[in-house]
Amino acid sequence: MSKYTMHLLVCGGTSCNFSESDVVVCNLRDEIEANGLSDKVQVITTGCFGFCGKGPIVKVMPDNIIYVQVKPEDTQAIIEEHVIKGKKVERLLYRDPKTNEIAGDTKHMSVFKKQLRIVLRNCGVINPENIDEYIARDGYQALGKVLTEMTPEQVIKVVKDSGQRGRGGAGFPTGLKWDIASKNKADQKYVVCNADEGDPGAFMDRSVLEGDPHSVLEAMAICGYSIGASEGLIYVRAEYPMAIRRLKIAINQAHEYGLLGKDIFGAGFNFDITLRYGAGAFVCGEETALIHSMEGLRGEPTIKPPFPAQSGYLGKPTNVNNVETFAAIPVIILKGADWFSKIGTEKSKGTKVFALAGKINNVGLIEVPMGITLREIIFQIGGGIRNGKKFKAVQTGGPSGGCLTEKHLDMPIDFDNLIAAGSMMGSGGMIVMDEDNCMVSVAKFFLDFTVDESCGKCAPCRIGNKRLHELLSRICDGKGIPEDLDRLRNMSQVIKDTALCGLGQSSPNPVLSTLDNFMNEYEAHVKDKKCPAGECKNLMEYVINPENCVGCTACARVCPVNAISGQRKEVHHIDPTICIKCGACKEKCKFDAIFIR
Amino acid sequence: MSQIKSLEDLKKKREELKTGLIDAIDSKNQVQVKVAMATCGIASGAKPIMEFFMEQLEKRNIPAVVTPTGCMGYCYAEPTVEVKLPGQDPVVYGFVDLKRADQIIEKYIKTGELVDGIIPVNYETIDSKE
Repeated sequence: MSKYTMHLLVCGGTSCNFSESDVVVCNLRDEIEANGLSDKVQVITTGCFGFCGKGPIVKVMPDNIIYVQVKPEDTQAIIEEHVIKGKKVERLLYRDPKTNEIAGDTKHMSVFKKQLRIVLRNCGVINPENIDEYIARDGYQALGKVLTEMTPEQVIKVVKDSGQRGRGGAGFPTGLKWDIASKNKADQKYVVCNADEGDPGAFMDRSVLEGDPHSVLEAMAICGYSIGASEGLIYVRAEYPMAIRRLKIAINQAHEYGLLGKDIFGAGFNFDITLRYGAGAFVCGEETALIHSMEGLRGEPTIKPPFPAQSGYLGKPTNVNNVETFAAIPVIILKGADWFSKIGTEKSKGTKVFALAGKINNVGLIEVPMGITLREIIFQIGGGIRNGKKFKAVQTGGPSGGCLTEKHLDMPIDFDNLIAAGSMMGSGGMIVMDEDNCMVSVAKFFLDFTVDESCGKCAPCRIGNKRLHELLSRICDGKGIPEDLDRLRNMSQVIKDTALCGLGQSSPNPVLSTLDNFMNEYEAHVKDKKCPAGECKNLMEYVINPENCVGCTACARVCPVNAISGQRKEVHHIDPTICIKCGACKEKCKFDAIFIR
Repeated sequence: MSQIKSLEDLKKKREELKTGLIDAIDSKNQVQVKVAMATCGIASGAKPIMEFFMEQLEKRNIPAVVTPTGCMGYCYAEPTVEVKLPGQDPVVYGFVDLKRADQIIEKYIKTGELVDGIIPVNYETIDSKE
């Protein structure tokens, strides 16, 4: 066994490194050696503890004690007091800001455990290709309980009481949706799982399908029993081959055990699940378009009503839920509505999975209780902004959502607060932007996506979004006029009011929310012809500072378009009419002589 | 495979699997290695890492069970690997390349000595949440 009796774990996350955790590591190692403890105590650097505001963090094992904000000069105290004498260094322990009580070890520090994994309970834990591992972790118990001990009405009541709302974006109460579908009489009904995940930067559905496919199958069967459907369909994009493969394996295994098929649990209930592949069109995430696509028709939305619960797949009552919505159902059944509804805020219960992406240190998949703040997500779990840059905004809800800024950092996140702030929950992508992101370009980027993905059925979306995109391009190119800003706003409002489906109705959101929050940037583009973030190429100019230029010719040699002229050992010059603003010269210059104007 | 015909069957099966699948690994003194193998994990090189663990643990005569698993959520630190020594809490290692995988076997698995790159647990599970 290990010769070491004690380990000191030091956070080596990017954020802690900024506060000199690397020096802390060196000092600790020096102190250990100076005290002759090298063969007993070992220092290890770790990934992010998710507590960056209080970094650098040092954790002492096996004592399970955490020290916060450890400075290089504190290392002597840790070694001499704690390691040698076994006495905690009280001044370095974490104090609860509310009670001022000392919370030393991780087990009692909820601050270290911002996340709660319900939907992701089995992801990264079980082998998704082995049904036995799912069963060993209470898999299919909820289905068994439902089929043998509960009536469909009771199941729907539990889901209603839990307060769960659809995780696909709109946040419609799941129990109510099931209730409506169950009350519509028909010879056949369908349960559909919407796995057409299309938001740029969102990958929670894929992760669930790849990591825990059985939880979705089990929940679909539970839903089938509740609404009176014997067939389930999963609409999954063909771009997710691994998810499809694991779903197929899971369906086969469930059949072999008799957990899908005829007379499940001897309760006389039949349920079967088949897969339908999507071609990756964003609009097919909209439930009516999704159903048309499954029927072999064009993936175009139709006006609601009729809702799918009345007339859906093949004209029969159909209940469509998102992957994440389904994945939480078995836990709600087993743990009870009370347990679930205690988590979250008044109107948004439970947890939400977010895909953290963009300019953030800990890019990753997280699951947090509703009501958590953006600050906790970005600066604790997310480890802060990359390269120590300044936080500017975060886009939630993908291309249908909006951006949230510094003033929203302490707002509790739930369905209603996000809408009030001009954004939306969406499927849960969170794209973090820093000071180098131009918000006009961001709006243009998302419009680019919606223009591409518009199905073309209704004019406001097909033509309106195209015009919006042209206006934004013009502004980014430095050709915008002040009237463009009003035009952007008016046109956005018209598209929102008149487009046929959710895609068109929400596509101007990135424009409206950037106009609301970053009007100064739009004005700088239009009036001063400047891009404050320095991202719009046509609005910047690379210039050589004659004081720093030594005439080494390095820039001229690297320029791909020969825009730089000048004799050896003389000041060089960049011709702005030829320059394509690739930045190669600036990168090459060793004398900091090239800057952006 | 025998069919599960009732809730009783399923409960029995669960108990069998708990002892047969989970507890047995510990009681046989086996090391358990789980490699995050979602699309993203594989894209960042998890497959050769899993193969390395499978081959090398056998070669070095260490009784072990190596399985693929889904996304652990630590995209920034892929490939990620969870190692559970018999009778101990699991430890997750991030940024695992072949060199670190070798260190994990030689140091952590053989002697219990920790290796750089540990990812601290920062979440609660449904069982720990009251």
